[in-house]
Amino acid sequence: MNHEQVVQRAKEAFLSGRTRPVEFRLQQLHALQRMITEKETEICTALKQDINRSQYDTPLLELIGIENEIKLAIDKLAEWAAPRSVERNLLTLRDEVYIQPEPLGVVLIIGAWNYPWAVTLQPLVGAIAAGNAAVVKPSELSEYSSLLLRALLPRYLDKDLYPVVTGGVSETQELLRLRFDHVFYTGSSSVGKVVMEAAARHLTPVTLELGGKSPCYIDKDCDVRIACRRITWGKFVNCGQTCIAPDYILCEPCIQGRVVECIRQTLLEFYGADPKCSPDYGRIINQRHFNRIMGLMEGYTPVVGGQSDSSQRYIAPTVLKDVPPQSRLMQEEIFGPLLPIVTVSDMDDAINFINEREKPLALYIFCTDKKAVKKMIEETTSGGVTVNDVMMHYTVSSLPFGGVGQSGMGRYHGKHTFDQLSHQRACLVRKLAMESVNLARYPPQDHKGYNLLM
Amino acid sequence: MCIGRLFHNLGAATEKTLSPLSFSEDSGGNGVWSGSMDSHSEVVERLRSAFRSGVTVPEQFRRTQLMKLMSMLKENEEKFVVALHKDLAKPRFEALLSELDIVTNDLHHTISNLSSWMQPEYVEKNLATKFDDCFVQRQPLGVVLIIGTWNYPLQLLILPMVGAIAAGNCVILKPSEVSTATDSLIAELVPKYLHQDCFAVISGGAEETKALLKHRFDHIFYTGSQNVARSILQAASVHLTPVTLELGGKCPCFIYGQVNILYAARRLVWAKFFNAGQSCVAPDYVLCSTAIRDAILPAIRQALEEFYGKEPQKCPDYSRIVSPQHWTRLMEMLGKTSGKVVIGGESNQEEKYIAPTVVVDVAEDDVLMGEEIFGPILPILTVESLEQGISFITSREKPLALYTFSDDSSAVKTVMEKTSSGGFCSNDSIIHMSLPSLPFGGVGASGFGCYHGRFGFETFSHRRACMLRGWALERINSLRYPPYSDERLGWLRWTTSPKFSCSIM
Repeated sequence: MNHEQVVQRAKEAFLSGRTRPVEFRLQQLHALQRMITEKETEICTALKQDINRSQYDTPLLELIGIENEIKLAIDKLAEWAAPRSVERNLLTLRDEVYIQPEPLGVVLIIGAWNYPWAVTLQPLVGAIAAGNAAVVKPSELSEYSSLLLRALLPRYLDKDLYPVVTGGVSETQELLRLRFDHVFYTGSSSVGKVVMEAAARHLTPVTLELGGKSPCYIDKDCDVRIACRRITWGKFVNCGQTCIAPDYILCEPCIQGRVVECIRQTLLEFYGADPKCSPDYGRIINQRHFNRIMGLMEGYTPVVGGQSDSSQRYIAPTVLKDVPPQSRLMQEEIFGPLLPIVTVSDMDDAINFINEREKPLALYIFCTDKKAVKKMIEETTSGGVTVNDVMMHYTVSSLPFGGVGQSGMGRYHGKHTFDQLSHQRACLVRKLAMESVNLARYPPQDHKGYNLLM
Repeated sequence: MCIGRLFHNLGAATEKTLSPLSFSEDSGGNGVWSGSMDSHSEVVERLRSAFRSGVTVPEQFRRTQLMKLMSMLKENEEKFVVALHKDLAKPRFEALLSELDIVTNDLHHTISNLSSWMQPEYVEKNLATKFDDCFVQRQPLGVVLIIGTWNYPLQLLILPMVGAIAAGNCVILKPSEVSTATDSLIAELVPKYLHQDCFAVISGGAEETKALLKHRFDHIFYTGSQNVARSILQAASVHLTPVTLELGGKCPCFIYGQVNILYAARRLVWAKFFNAGQSCVAPDYVLCSTAIRDAILPAIRQALEEFYGKEPQKCPDYSRIVSPQHWTRLMEMLGKTSGKVVIGGESNQEEKYIAPTVVVDVAEDDVLMGEEIFGPILPILTVESLEQGISFITSREKPLALYTFSDDSSAVKTVMEKTSSGGFCSNDSIIHMSLPSLPFGGVGASGFGCYHGRFGFETFSHRRACMLRGWALERINSLRYPPYSDERLGWLRWTTSPKFSCSIM
């Protein structure tokens, strides 16, 4: 069956109306939950083959998150899908006035390779909860996961409503020529532009979860030891291939040495003397990205790490100091285990540095001075912020997760996914009675009639 | 820091504006600024610098600008009424109600609520983040572009601007060149009332708009047609600019079952012929049974006579078509229809007048059922059952609004549940959009995004997720660090089990 037929079948399945009842959606969500629980081992194996993900990282980084999203949706679905009453005015006091969330239709979900299960299934949870059909297109770079998803999903979910389409660039382009009611894309900004442009032809709204360089500012007066431990964890998990990983560090020259030492120490604690032998340290997804990341380091001598092994696509956790702002390292999102440190003269300098660049997906601030933290939050912008830690704002489902500017548009997680993939329909239910009140708005008009209305 | 940047940009602007803005006068003797892409750059840069300086962010600034906008509307009420009459022969009543008051109401609503909307929104936390501050901070996006249209030239440009200012942005207004008198007035007044570095009006036609769209904005708000919307979205995708599209479509009006024919007719006629049918939410066509059609035709005639008298052309409460082109478009439709004109049909080219017109025996593929009518022509199509009506509606693109007239509330509910539309109103029309507590926007071909009241504020804001953690509890954090072990994972899974409804880590 070609893509057009797959999408058409999903559309017809949607139009049949079977996703409307909340019971149906709950049933699908329960089935998805079962899939995650029953197939955890297979999923871990696939991820090990794709990206050398350790057996602990997978539940930690992907499965627990998905499970919690499913549980929340199951728990709250009836509430989310119910009409939401709004304030009435004098003219509508006796009417029913509310916002009714409705499904959009067929949603296209395009996943990414770095957390292939989380970034395809979390949006899918919201799509199902909101009553949509969804075509799922996982990334071909995480090949094993992609093929496993294609095998598993139809065994648990409605085959017509939630088909999985695999393939590479040309298959994705072919899909994007078709008409969807929403396109949900996770990936790079450059492909995000292509997705938005393709969707534009059909006037299709999009959610773009993109990336960028997420800055991490370390104030000289904070607990550098703890800060560096938290940063090290966030930076090197999944071998740096996380959209909200701290991309680079900004700090004053006086603590740079200390930062380097604390990171070195933490790396030893986490991965031992030779991270290559640690079962908990990942690999780069493919040769192209390996070469790209190695290229970024050219001309610089790291102070920590720097070793690599092309045959394994291994790059050691690497730190570089005194990195010039105009270096290649500072031009594109690293998306790998290289951590540059750029020095700034003070917090104001750091704020300027951040504001001169594109709006990032995340901003990290390590600082004990509450007033200074407030100032930095107010004088910068980013998709999200975590203070005194990294990445954690992602884990609270009541917080909207998404970018701004080049880091993306739209948001999700928890109820936000439901709302993002719904149409909020304004409803006014009147009766034909009380016509006398309406008389004031009809012509013929004179001064008296108008004042009566006002 | 900020001042330096301002001077730098001013310097750059001087070099660029060798082919500067041109100032001309329109037929009304009003000054109009228009210009080339270079001059657009100067305006966009000036607003960007102002935004970077942080001047629009404080609540006081936003409040002051909103109050000044209010003054601009109140102090120039008569001028606006005159301009709107020049453009559309808009009756004074309509101008006051649907252009000025709807905006000032939203302004009142926004000014009263601005403080609370700007507050950080604290959210529900989980066990792992129990001691953290988790909240959503609303932030301005930057420099936003609002493109207006001609049918409600004041409302559709200024009402979105209310939300944009409230959210702390700088705004460029691009009024429609078709409603020339109103647009010139806006171009003249905005710089007199609002901060000139933060708010600007750029006039011009299609070419100007195309040139303007090459610049980068932080949000584009467009009201208009689908074709133009496509090019705007494509231009926006180059910069990854988020967009709000307020489009149109054919809004069906389904009259079913038991219904008070006289009241339904009155409400239908009011909504349809307001602004001579040139409203994106006007009922475009009627669907009803043959019996209802036969009953409602005399009621429509009666309502028309009550509203506009025996000669609507002489009635000051009846508008005109905005331009000769649109008049011709409508007359051509009327000429090509295979239906029968049973009410109205008279016209006058010089005056751009078309009488309130009703056409029956209209087939599904009639010319009147092609594009959005956007004029005072009301086709009535017959369907003999609820299902047939619903199926007719759902076989077409999702409209901006859907209307149902019926005393049967379960029928109304069925129609609502089995269809989709931007908004829905039963037993009346249009007025659902006058409530600031309801979002106003389309779905599918009728657009995406919404505004009015708080929704405008949210549309022009970035909702930034913020988490402020402490330094303590590092032991709990350690559960997530390598070297991994079954024991640590076990603890983590336990703390994130459903019993605690806790999130990962």
